[in-house]
Amino acid sequence: MASITGSVEFEVRRPRRSVIIGILLVVWVAAYFLLRGIDTLVLGGQETTAFHRWLTDHRDDVGQGNAVFDAIRVGVDHFVVLLQNVLAQPSYGRPVPVIGWLGVVALAAYLAWAFGSWKVALLTAAGLGFVGLQGLWQESMDTLSLTIAAVLLSLLVAIPLGIWAGLSNRAFRVATLVLDLMQTLPTFVYLAPLTLFFAIGPAAATIATVIYAAPPAVRLTAHAIRSVPLESVEAARSLGSTRGQTLTKVLLPMSRSTVVVGINQTIMAALSMVTVAALIDAPGLGQTVLTALQTLDVGVAFNAGLAIVVIAIVLDRVTTAAGDRPWRTASVRRKVLLGAGAVGVLVAIWFSRTYVWAAEFPDTVNLGSRIAVIATDVTNWVQDTFGGFTYGVRDAVTNGLLNPLEALLTGSPWWLVAAVVVALAAVLGGWRGAVPAAVCSGLLVATGVWHDSMITLASTLLATVVVVVVGLALGVWAGRKHRVDTWIRPVLDAGQTMPPFVYLVPFLALFGSSRFTAIAAAVVYAVPVTTKIVADGIKAVPVATVEAANSVGSSSWQVISKVQLPVARRAITLAVNQGLIYVLAMVVVGGLVGAGALGYDVAAGFAQSELYGKGLAAGLAIVLLGVLLDRITQAAARTRKFNGTVRGDKL
Amino acid sequence: MNKLRYAGVLTAAALALAGCGGEKVGADEPAASGAKDCGTFNLAVNPWVGYEANAAVVGYVASKDLGCTVVKKNLKEEISWQGFGTGEVDAVLENWGHEDLKKKYIEDQKVAVETGSTGVKGVIGWYVPPWMAAKYPDITDWKNLNKYAAQFKTSESGGKGQLLDGDPSYVTNDEALVKNLSLNYKVVQSGSETALIQAFRDAEKNKKPLLAYFYEPQWFFNELKLVKIDLPPYKSGCDVDPAKVACDYPPYDLDKVVSKKFADSGSPAYDLVKNFQWTNEDQNAVARMIAVDKLTPDAAAEKWVKDNQSKVDTWLGKK
Repeated sequence: MASITGSVEFEVRRPRRSVIIGILLVVWVAAYFLLRGIDTLVLGGQETTAFHRWLTDHRDDVGQGNAVFDAIRVGVDHFVVLLQNVLAQPSYGRPVPVIGWLGVVALAAYLAWAFGSWKVALLTAAGLGFVGLQGLWQESMDTLSLTIAAVLLSLLVAIPLGIWAGLSNRAFRVATLVLDLMQTLPTFVYLAPLTLFFAIGPAAATIATVIYAAPPAVRLTAHAIRSVPLESVEAARSLGSTRGQTLTKVLLPMSRSTVVVGINQTIMAALSMVTVAALIDAPGLGQTVLTALQTLDVGVAFNAGLAIVVIAIVLDRVTTAAGDRPWRTASVRRKVLLGAGAVGVLVAIWFSRTYVWAAEFPDTVNLGSRIAVIATDVTNWVQDTFGGFTYGVRDAVTNGLLNPLEALLTGSPWWLVAAVVVALAAVLGGWRGAVPAAVCSGLLVATGVWHDSMITLASTLLATVVVVVVGLALGVWAGRKHRVDTWIRPVLDAGQTMPPFVYLVPFLALFGSSRFTAIAAAVVYAVPVTTKIVADGIKAVPVATVEAANSVGSSSWQVISKVQLPVARRAITLAVNQGLIYVLAMVVVGGLVGAGALGYDVAAGFAQSELYGKGLAAGLAIVLLGVLLDRITQAAARTRKFNGTVRGDKL
Repeated sequence: MNKLRYAGVLTAAALALAGCGGEKVGADEPAASGAKDCGTFNLAVNPWVGYEANAAVVGYVASKDLGCTVVKKNLKEEISWQGFGTGEVDAVLENWGHEDLKKKYIEDQKVAVETGSTGVKGVIGWYVPPWMAAKYPDITDWKNLNKYAAQFKTSESGGKGQLLDGDPSYVTNDEALVKNLSLNYKVVQSGSETALIQAFRDAEKNKKPLLAYFYEPQWFFNELKLVKIDLPPYKSGCDVDPAKVACDYPPYDLDKVVSKKFADSGSPAYDLVKNFQWTNEDQNAVARMIAVDKLTPDAAAEKWVKDNQSKVDTWLGKK
C-alpha cells in the first residue's frame, strides 16, 4: 500500500501545489464574504497610534554634534565643495570655476577616450555640449559634482561589501536584509533626521544619495562573484592559488561585466535622487525641476530632466566602455596619442581659465527654451488627443482587477490575511518562506498601518506583475539582439533618471489622480532595472550552450524557454527582486499622485511634524512588504525545479 | 579613424587660435559695492510660489538697500525650522499655522521667535471649478452637496462622491468634516499640489465635476477663479476637538518667524523682516510675474519694488 500511495504522490507532485494554492484562495474568498469588515484595523488620515506618537516624540533623540558624524560631515562637505569649485561654482576669488566649460568638455572626453573608446569620447563631448546648449551648464555641473561624490563614496563602501557578501553566505544573508531596508525605506523618512545629523548642505544630500544608491553595486558585485563557475575556482585552487590570488586573478576578472552593471545602476540611482535631494537644498538640476513644477511648468521641468538623462547616459556609456575594454598595455603609438591628447586638454583648460568665452558657456543658442516649448506642446497634444480614452482604461483596470484585489486584502480580518499569506508562503517556499512571512505579517500589524499597507500591497502586486512580464520580455529581446539593446538603453536610462513628476504631470491629466497613475509611475521606473539585469543574464549564457540547442533544431521559443531562461535563472531572480524593490521605492511618489495609503502617510509625515511617527511607521511597513514579498519569491524560486537539467543550471 | 583623430586635433588647434582674441576672465569684475554692516542673511525658501514672492522681495531689498549677502536655501518647512537651531536659517517669511512647530522651536527649544504678520491672509477650504458654480449655483452651499454626490463619483471613491484632498503639508479636517456633516463623500488623497492643480485644469477644460481641498493665496487663481464652498462658518473654538469638527477652516494670519540668534544680532536685515508687511494683492502681483510671466524672482521683485517704493521705505524705516 505504502509504495502505491508513494508513487501516486510522486505522480501528482507538480499539479498538487497549484491545487493547494487554488483551494487556499477559494477558501479565502469564501471567508472574506463571511467575515468582511471585521478586524480590518482602519486608521484615519490624521489619526495616530501610541506607537506613532512615541516615534514622533523620540525623533530627535539621535541628536547632533556627535564627533564621528561631524567628521564625516566635514569630510564629505569638503569633497563636494572641492568638486563644485573645480567644475561648477565661482571659486578662489575668481568669477568662474577653476575649469571652465571648454576644459571640462576636453577633460571628460579625454578620460572617456583613455579609459573607454573614441566613440564614447565623442558621445561625452556631444552630451556635455548639449546640456550647455540647453542653458543648464552650471546646474548640470553642480549635479555632476554631487553625483560624482555620491557614486565614489558608494563604490568605496559597496565594492568591498559586495565581494564579502559574494564570498560568505552569512554576510550575504545579512547584507540582503540591510540592502532591502536601504532601498525600500523611503528617503522622506530619513531626510529630516539626516539634516539634523549632518546639517543642511551638500553632506546631507550626498549621504542621502549614498544610502539609496549603494545597494545595487553591493548586490550585483555579490551576485557576480557567486555566479563564477565553481570549476574555475577549483581549477585555480588546484593550481595552488591562495584565497587572495583566486579573488584577484579569477573571481574579480570573471565578474567584471556584471560588477559594471552594478556600478551603472548605482549611477542611475544616484541621479534619480537629484530632485529629492533638492528638498534639502542640494544644488543643481533638481532645483530647476522643483521650481518649475511649483508652477506646473512641464516644459522647463522636462528640459532640466532631459539634462539629467543626458548626464546619466554619458556616465553609463563611459563606465560600460571602460568595463568592456580589455586590460592590455598601450602600444607606443597609442601612448604618443594619449600624450598629445593630454597636452590638448591642458591647452583647453588654460583657455577655459583665461578667456570668458571658454569659461562661461555662451548663451547665444538657447536650445533650452525651444525644448521647453516643444515639450509643453507635445504634452498638451497628448492630453487633448487621448484624454477620454485613457480614463476608460483606468476605470476598466481599477474596477476589474485592482478594486476586487484591494477589497479582498483590506476587507478581510487581518488575521485571515496573515494566515493566508503564511500558508501561501509555506506551500511555495516551505519553512524558508513561512517563517519570514509570519514575522513580517506580525510586524506589519505592530506598525499600526495595516489597512494602508494592504491598499499599498494591492497596487504593488499589480505593478510588480506588470514590471516582471514587461521586463522579462524586453530583457530577453535585448539580451538576444545586440542592436535592440543599443536602441532600447537610452529609453531605459530615461525611465530611471527622468524625475518622475515630469512625466507624471501628463499622466495626471490622462488618468487623474488615482492608484492607476501610481502604478503607471512605478512601472516606468522599475521596468528598466529588470530589463537590464535580465538582458545581462541572457547575454551571459555561454554561446556554446545556445549553439548546441540551435544545432539540434530547437525553435527560438524553445531556446529561450528551455535554455536561456533556465541558465539565467539566478539573474532573473535578482531581476524580479530589484523590480519589486524599485516598485516599492516608488510607493511614496505614488502617494503624491493619488495612491494614498502608505505613500501618502510617508509624505505627510515628512511635511507635518506631528505625523512624523506615523510616516516612519509607514516607511517601515513598506520595508516589511518588500521583505515579505521578496522572501516568498526567493523561497519559491529555490524550491522550484526546472524540467530537464541543463549544465549551466549549476552555475 | 586615424584621420579622424588628426582632424580633431587640427580643429582644436584652429579653435584655439581663433579664440585668442576673446575677452579675458575677470576683466570687467565689478568693484565691491559699499557693503553696510549686514553680513550674510540666510533666508529659507519653502516650496510654493507665494512664499517665493515674499522671499524675492525681501531678498532683493536686503541686498540692494542694506548690502546684505542674501543666501536663499530651498527647504521644506520643518527642515527650515530645524535650521533655526543650527544657525543655518535666519528667517521663514510665510508660515501657515504650524502650531506644533511653534511649540517645539519657540516655546520648548527657544531657538526661534515670532516677528508678526506678513499681512497676507490665508484661506483653506473646499472649492469647485468655475463652470460648476455657474451651472449649479446652489452647489456653493454645503447643505446641497449630497444632492450632487453622484456626479463626483470616480474609480477611487468607492461609490460615493469624491472629495479630493491635497498637499500632505497641511492639516486637514476633511475626514471628520465629511463624517460630522453626514456627507455622502469619500476623502481621496491626491497627495500633492501638482495633482490638485492638474485635476482642476482638467475639470474646467473638459467640464468634469470636481470637489477639492484648496487654499488662497495661490498663483493658480490667476489662471482659474475657483469657487469656494460655504461650510458652516468658523467660530473660535469650534475646531478644538479634531474628531468633532463641523465648521469651516479658520482664517490663517500668515506670519514670519526668525531665529533667536538672528533677532539678537542687530542685523538691519532683522528690522527689515520685522517691518515687512504687505497684502494678498501685492503678493499675487509678484507671484503672477514669477508663475505666469516667467520672470526670475529677482526681476519680479525689482519690478514690484519700483512701483511700490513707498511701501519699501516703510519697511526700511525711512518714512
